[in-house]
Amino acid sequence: MAKAIIDETKCKGCGLCVAACPRKILVLSPDKINSKGYRPAQVVDQSKCTGCASCAIMCPDVAITVER
Amino acid sequence: MAKVLMKGNEALAEAAIMAGCRHFFGYPITPQTELAAYMAKKMPKIGGVYLQAESEIAAINMVLGASAAGKRAMTSSSSPGISLKSEGISYIAGSDLPAVIVNVQRGGPGLGGIQPSQADYWQATRATGHGDFHLMVYAPSTVQEMTDLVALAFDNADKYRMPVMILSDGMLGQMMEPVELKTANATDCPIEKPWAACGHRNSRPHNVINSLYLTPQALEELVKKRYEKYEVIKKEEQMADEYLTDDADIILVAYGASSRICRTAVNTARKEGIKAGLIRPITLWPYPAKYIEKHIAHAKAFLCVEMSMGQMVDDVRLCVNGRKPVAFYGRTGGIIPAPDEVLNEIRKLTGGVK
Amino acid sequence: MAVVFQKPQALLDVPFTYCPGCTHGIIHRLVAETIDELGIEGHTVGVAPVGCSVMNYNFFACDMVQAPHGRAPAVATGLKRAIPENIVFTYQGDGDLAAIGTAETVHAAVRGENITVVFVNNAIYGMTGGQMAPTSLPNQVTQTTPYGRDTSYSGHPIRVCEMLATLEGTALAQRVSVDNVKNVQNAKKAIKKAFTYQIEKRGFSIVEVLSTCPTNWGLDAQESLQWLRDNMIPYYPLGVYKDVGGTTK
Ligand code: SF4
Ligand code: SF4
Repeated sequence: MAKAIIDETKCKGCGLCVAACPRKILVLSPDKINSKGYRPAQVVDQSKCTGCASCAIMCPDVAITVER
Repeated sequence: MAKVLMKGNEALAEAAIMAGCRHFFGYPITPQTELAAYMAKKMPKIGGVYLQAESEIAAINMVLGASAAGKRAMTSSSSPGISLKSEGISYIAGSDLPAVIVNVQRGGPGLGGIQPSQADYWQATRATGHGDFHLMVYAPSTVQEMTDLVALAFDNADKYRMPVMILSDGMLGQMMEPVELKTANATDCPIEKPWAACGHRNSRPHNVINSLYLTPQALEELVKKRYEKYEVIKKEEQMADEYLTDDADIILVAYGASSRICRTAVNTARKEGIKAGLIRPITLWPYPAKYIEKHIAHAKAFLCVEMSMGQMVDDVRLCVNGRKPVAFYGRTGGIIPAPDEVLNEIRKLTGGVK
Repeated sequence: MAVVFQKPQALLDVPFTYCPGCTHGIIHRLVAETIDELGIEGHTVGVAPVGCSVMNYNFFACDMVQAPHGRAPAVATGLKRAIPENIVFTYQGDGDLAAIGTAETVHAAVRGENITVVFVNNAIYGMTGGQMAPTSLPNQVTQTTPYGRDTSYSGHPIRVCEMLATLEGTALAQRVSVDNVKNVQNAKKAIKKAFTYQIEKRGFSIVEVLSTCPTNWGLDAQESLQWLRDNMIPYYPLGVYKDVGGTTK
């Protein structure tokens, strides 16, 4: 069981993590807007996460912590 | 310590080393070359750094770096080179870093000439780079004073955390005179610099040396604080030498090399029965206004003599503020005024005031 | 569960001021991870440039000095000569390093100055709003080359690593990219190698990182990575241009 934790306050909604995730389990929130005015990334199916950290490696805002 | 015969530029270099300077960054230019050459010879032997930079711009930024690390650092150049350094000097001032910059002035503008000049007064006291700031400016007139003032320059640079300039000229730099060197500082950093960016060693928050403030309020506040410091300096640090001024009718005002000529002219004038005297500013910023103020009541006229078309005379006029006539005599382009020429100007003034 | 990825200690907990998707943030993180892994934060001093990353002194947890435009290698030289037991790095963009600061860059390399330069090449002046950079590509449209960079008029893009590789004092000159996970990992290795070379006193080390500027390129974050791949990498091939060799892998 692995986990990608996104700090929504730091996220700028750039989507690089969404594109990087090989499991395709990240999306930019369809409804939420964070305090910076961005649509933060979200994990839609945590159970599929392998903890590869691809998302975190591509995140320019160091918004993602990965546990495994 | 016994007196030794030394060239101005070399004496200044030795005195800087004795004041704890172990980091010198330079770039060749006449007529300051002996200073750099002396550093190049001496520094490696005492564990110091002499580095010839790729440009004056790089040299002053190396000074910025070494100073940011907490060390006593210095660079020297001559007029055109100081223009190149002015960017770095502004950043040094804006980052509240100490540094000592020597300008062995030569004639300008442009490439100008290589003979002695005092045409960088405005640059030194008004506009050594962009922005609201000052540097302290010392103007030695003897080889001895070159050495004494460089030690004071390092101390005040550290004390006030600002750049300090020694404004010398080609004549003082090249001339040989006996000097007595003071005792050396025991360390290359006599005062604590808790602000230095020298690695926090995991024992304090990180230090940042910076001159960027994007909010106007923050920048204004900082500049104003700096100006409060400048007011303290204006009060505490004015220096001038007076010669026969107590009863003088005609008071000459001259600094550096031209003050030496003026002294001779004053002596001759006295022999002719003219009560002449000389105020020799040692600090050009802060300008020694109080020394001039003392004599405004009894002086009949002031005569400012410079090796320029008239730059310091602005400051004399600001001090006198219309209360007495202020005349000017200058030669430029690398020409040193002759004592006779100055004497003539004194005579003209006496004729005028009687 | 163990944390396998988190913010490095050498980055302060301050949000980056960069635009969304700008890969400056990735490069900052790689520098910080390197500092963490080498355990050098306490005796590292970084030099910030003028450009988009001017305020990186707010992000790195080590001591920082902000340099005049282009002068970071000279400032770093002064620092390193003054406190040689410390690690000194500069972080500079293309305008800073390869236009106004070319002399400082070249001569720091010539001297074999024992410093590390992290050079972020995104082929544009970002902070001032997208003007032509020394590394802007032929025909690239920028605010100051509105009809595309005409090399017969505005000159050719400069290949910094290739140039510096010709100099004796350069210990490492390597070009990397951060356009995908694998390249980010390679970039990290290169940056760590550059810092390690400094620790081993090998001389001047530079890592040129191809980076994006979504805002001034007028593309989104993902398109920017693609533009980098399609346009920058062919002109600026990735690879090691000089490596004096070392004990590190
Ligand atoms: S750790 Fe890997 S699998 Fe998990 S969300 Fe990130 S990229 Fe996807
Ligand atoms: S890469 Fe980072 S900043 Fe961009 S959307 Fe994902 S979490 Fe947010």
